[in-house]
Amino acid sequence: MAIEVREVSKRFGEFQALSEVSITVADGALTALLGPSGSGKSTLLRIIAGLETPDTGMVLIDGEDVTSSPARSRGVGFVFQHYAPFKHMTVHDNVGFGLSVRKRPKEEIRDRVSELLSLVRLEGLAERYPSQLSGGQQQRMALARALAVQPQVLLLDEPFGALDAQVRAELREWLRRLHDEIHVTTIFVTHDQEEAMEVAEQIVVMNDGRIEQSGSPRALYEAPANEFVMSFIGPVNRLGDAFLRPHDIQLLSEEGGGEEALVERVVHLGFEVRVELKLGDGRELWAQVTRETAQQLEVQEGQILTVRLPAPRVFAQAG
Amino acid sequence: MSSSSGGTLTVGAKPSGRLTRRGRARGGEATTLGSSRGGRLALRTVALGYLAVLLGAPLVMIFYRTFEHGLAPVWNAVTAPNALHAMWLSLEIVLIVVPLNTIFGIGAAILLERGRMPGRTLFGLLIDMPFAISPVVVGLALVLVYGRAGWFGDELAAQGINIIFSVPGMVLATALVTLPFVVRETIPVLREMGTDSEQAAETLGARPWQTFWRITLPGIRWGVGYGVVLTTARALGEFGAVSIVSGRIEGQTQTLPLYVQDRFENFDTTGAYTAAVMLAVLALITLLAMNLLARRANKKGGR
Amino acid sequence: MLGRGLLVLYLSILVLLPIAALSSKAFSSGTNAFWHAISSPEAWAAIKLTVIASVIVVLVNAVFGTIIAWVLVRDEFPGKGIVNSIIDLPFALPTIVAGLVLLSLYGKNSPVGINVTFTRAAVVLALLFVTLPFVVRSVQPVMIDLDRSMEEAASSLGASNRTVLRRIVLPTLAPAILSGVALSFARAIGEYGSLVLITGNLPFKTEAGSVYIFGQIQDENLVAAAAVSVLLLLIALFVLGVLNLVQRRWSRHVV
Repeated sequence: MAIEVREVSKRFGEFQALSEVSITVADGALTALLGPSGSGKSTLLRIIAGLETPDTGMVLIDGEDVTSSPARSRGVGFVFQHYAPFKHMTVHDNVGFGLSVRKRPKEEIRDRVSELLSLVRLEGLAERYPSQLSGGQQQRMALARALAVQPQVLLLDEPFGALDAQVRAELREWLRRLHDEIHVTTIFVTHDQEEAMEVAEQIVVMNDGRIEQSGSPRALYEAPANEFVMSFIGPVNRLGDAFLRPHDIQLLSEEGGGEEALVERVVHLGFEVRVELKLGDGRELWAQVTRETAQQLEVQEGQILTVRLPAPRVFAQAG
Repeated sequence: MSSSSGGTLTVGAKPSGRLTRRGRARGGEATTLGSSRGGRLALRTVALGYLAVLLGAPLVMIFYRTFEHGLAPVWNAVTAPNALHAMWLSLEIVLIVVPLNTIFGIGAAILLERGRMPGRTLFGLLIDMPFAISPVVVGLALVLVYGRAGWFGDELAAQGINIIFSVPGMVLATALVTLPFVVRETIPVLREMGTDSEQAAETLGARPWQTFWRITLPGIRWGVGYGVVLTTARALGEFGAVSIVSGRIEGQTQTLPLYVQDRFENFDTTGAYTAAVMLAVLALITLLAMNLLARRANKKGGR
Repeated sequence: MLGRGLLVLYLSILVLLPIAALSSKAFSSGTNAFWHAISSPEAWAAIKLTVIASVIVVLVNAVFGTIIAWVLVRDEFPGKGIVNSIIDLPFALPTIVAGLVLLSLYGKNSPVGINVTFTRAAVVLALLFVTLPFVVRSVQPVMIDLDRSMEEAASSLGASNRTVLRRIVLPTLAPAILSGVALSFARAIGEYGSLVLITGNLPFKTEAGSVYIFGQIQDENLVAAAAVSVLLLLIALFVLGVLNLVQRRWSRHVV
């Protein structure tokens, strides 16, 4: 189901969480709301879910105005950052909760729950309590619980934020595949640009309660609309008003065709090598090169290299 | 005194299992305070000595005094008609007050912790009032409202309703004195539980009352249980307020604590000691229940 | 909405109305009558006794409560679990029973030869009994969380045990001790049940404030009873308020 948010604003006391935000999410899309903390992304998600009411504006799901309908009748599945498990219920009862409050017959609930548990690979853990599961398992349980009621829309609030790096990577991959399988319109909130780029088909970048830009990961990276998006998505060098991606900087050992720069520090990060440079006029920047290039150039501290800079990106100063 | 000052007014902090496990002194190290052997023994002696003189020895003594002439007089004292009546009346009051204050306590806790209504601070302050009021003053205040010469005295008399010097007044007095316990024990568990699981239930299609019965109530049950135990103990033992509003009519408005005083003042020491020991045993059972509940809450409450 | 209304109604019937009635009664015959009631020699003696006994009791509690909390947290001995649970007994024990319990050992036929009945010591003893748990239970959790490394660091810097106690431990515990003291005080000021059997309630000698109020009610002297009630209530609220304020300011410094 398509989701549309029209000019939604929300204020908590003195804090303006959202100012006239509008977004459209196509049916079946996998979208990320990306932004730093306090950017309003979670508030926007909670407004779509019906867990917060907007001060002004509208929320439409499948063309229908749901702004004033309660969360329980919106047909959304919501997954919380800290999983929000029902601690006093078994995994089975957690996952079956949505069906059980709808008074479905026991057999139907049992079948549906076991189907979902195998979808999220928690077979055999049905009689455990949440406290007996790992963080990653709890999050998968929460996902199965949300999917049990066959939501039209799946909303995830920093779903992997509380997990350690390795489990995170696994679950991202898994979420993507799950989405390919069930094709439910999905929006997830994250502050991690890598996570957004890796998982989402569409990214909405938020800052200060506003939307900075939205588009495909590639479009955002290659054609950022402004300084904020450019520096939030991927690393940047800032030279005055100009912005450069570190991997666009070419390093040459022979003279000519560029500026001279002093190598101040070399950091080996495996495949990637980070070279910190100082230009003749004192400006500092860093270049990202492959291990191979670094070996060919025999880069070392104190060396003078020729640096070829690409055409920098300059944004009109807003405000 | 403010409602938000978390726990400042909580009576009866939970004796948690943690206390005994984590409090292990590291023997031999002279680095932390009192960890020298001599200092530790001295402090232990002072603490245990104080407790023995104030608490332990008198408690043992009352059991000894009660049973020093054997079981027969004790049995006679327990089965005396007025003693039995006092027991039933105490039980009756507990059975009315505890459910009332439990329902009120859960509702008030949710309102104070989750609600955004204006006047919340005042509401919380009023709930805490009984902690600061003498039971005697509670009794007096009730007499001034519901008594013969009180605010509603004439109206109530015209309707033929007796509140003071009868059971309803005793129920009011007991309810007022025990008002804060469930509220104050429920608020912290409610806060710790957070709102995520309730909101999760909501997005899964649960109606408000389904969320309450199936998510909120099970989530706070140990805290509520602890409050209920404290309420019960206090309701069984309330003396001052009940003493004033009951009129202390033998065989009619005499609860077990009032009966203790009555027997003592009539020089029936066996009767007084027997009733007191019964109440003391109930208090010990209460302590046991408190311990079990606190342990359960610690175990289940963790992630 | 309906639920909220019922809650407010219940609270009004139970708390708001009675307190309003009490205050209005206290001043029903004017401010002069109020002053007259609380300054009658017997009332004044009872109020003075209650306040002084309460102050003594909270001071003793502050010291012994902290020591007991320390022993329960830092020490290890057989039977500690039982001692730890028995601390709460005064909360669970009916006050009239508390009085009788004390009387059985420290009364007329005391097997240890100590008879406190009809003395002011009985007032202090009974109040100590019923307020025992407050300081222990408020200090205990703070002491569990007390960072031992802080003490170790201080003593490794050459601080003596006494200095560590004065400069590190006590300031950290102070807010908790104060909170226990405030609750003890409020309880002691209004205590009634544990006093009636053991003190003999002798006017000008062992009659506490609440016992005096009780007597006035029996004599149908409700204005005097209400006046002293309001005064005791104000004292309790004032002490709770002030100590709460001090305690908050204090904990802000420490944390």
